[in-house]
Amino acid sequence: MEYKIDERTITLMISGELDHHTLRDTSRELGQIIDIYLPKKLIFDMRAVRFMDSSGIALIIKAIRRMTELSGEVVLRNVPPSPMKIFAMAGISRYVTVEEGGKAV
Amino acid sequence: MSKPCDKLKLEFESKSVNESFARAAVGAFAARLDPSLEELNDIKTSVSEAVTNCIVHAYPNGIGPIYITVKISGNILDIRIKDCGRGIENVEQAREPMFTTGGEERSGMGFTVMESFCDGLKVKSKPGVGTTVTLTKRIKSRR
Ligand SMILES: Nc1ncnc2c1ncn2[C@@H]1O[C@H](COP(=O)(O)OP(=O)(O)OP(=O)(O)O)[C@@H](O)[C@H]1O
Ligand SMILES: [Mg+2]
Repeated sequence: MEYKIDERTITLMISGELDHHTLRDTSRELGQIIDIYLPKKLIFDMRAVRFMDSSGIALIIKAIRRMTELSGEVVLRNVPPSPMKIFAMAGISRYVTVEEGGKAV
Repeated sequence: MSKPCDKLKLEFESKSVNESFARAAVGAFAARLDPSLEELNDIKTSVSEAVTNCIVHAYPNGIGPIYITVKISGNILDIRIKDCGRGIENVEQAREPMFTTGGEERSGMGFTVMESFCDGLKVKSKPGVGTTVTLTKRIKSRR
């Protein structure tokens, strides 16, 4: 997974297809990145996601759990329409900030 | 002109690497109904949910067969996803949002996604025998 670090903010570039098969590696990498850098803010940049099913919800929930332990926050940025439909169904915007082009929506 | 009527049958093993293949195959077959991008994604996502359930829940400790049948009649897509796995004790409870027996790795939203992304969802299951999920999707004419 590609990511950028700016002080205590980490931006994860999520790409490709997010399903149960790809979740295992992505989820493990996510855990490692959080453990190493102990960020205050974790941004998921999802512009390059081509497919996502409910596995994506489990991934974000894991991130929220870990970031809550660190008193940090989770941001979803540039979520394409189809993944957004799934996040909306799960009511994810109650727990994270959803941004588009850097602006909250 | 006669209405399109056609059928696709697939059988594959319950390996997670097959999830992307299954939804792509059904999506490619559905493409002849000229679905919108959103409709196509609804179909792929729902198939992904049902197939993942077979892999994760039906055969938790091994590999078993997954059968998909897709029927096209007119503008209606009928997708049946069947396993011969563990089965579901209480289907009504399993279909509730957030209900999961999958622990932290799952969110319990699979059936909820299928239900809201399709026009119909039927679940038939017998413990120890297997589960059949039937998804119905109506493709709107864009002409
Ligand atoms: N094919 C199946 N065989 C056996 N049990 C199943 C099957 N499909 C679903 N279930 C049961 O129904 C429950 C709910 O399924 P659902 O897809 O809604 O959520 P999930 O798979 O647990 O989580 P998610 O889909 O969000 O990853 C499952 O936890 C499982 O107990
Ligand atoms: Mg599921």
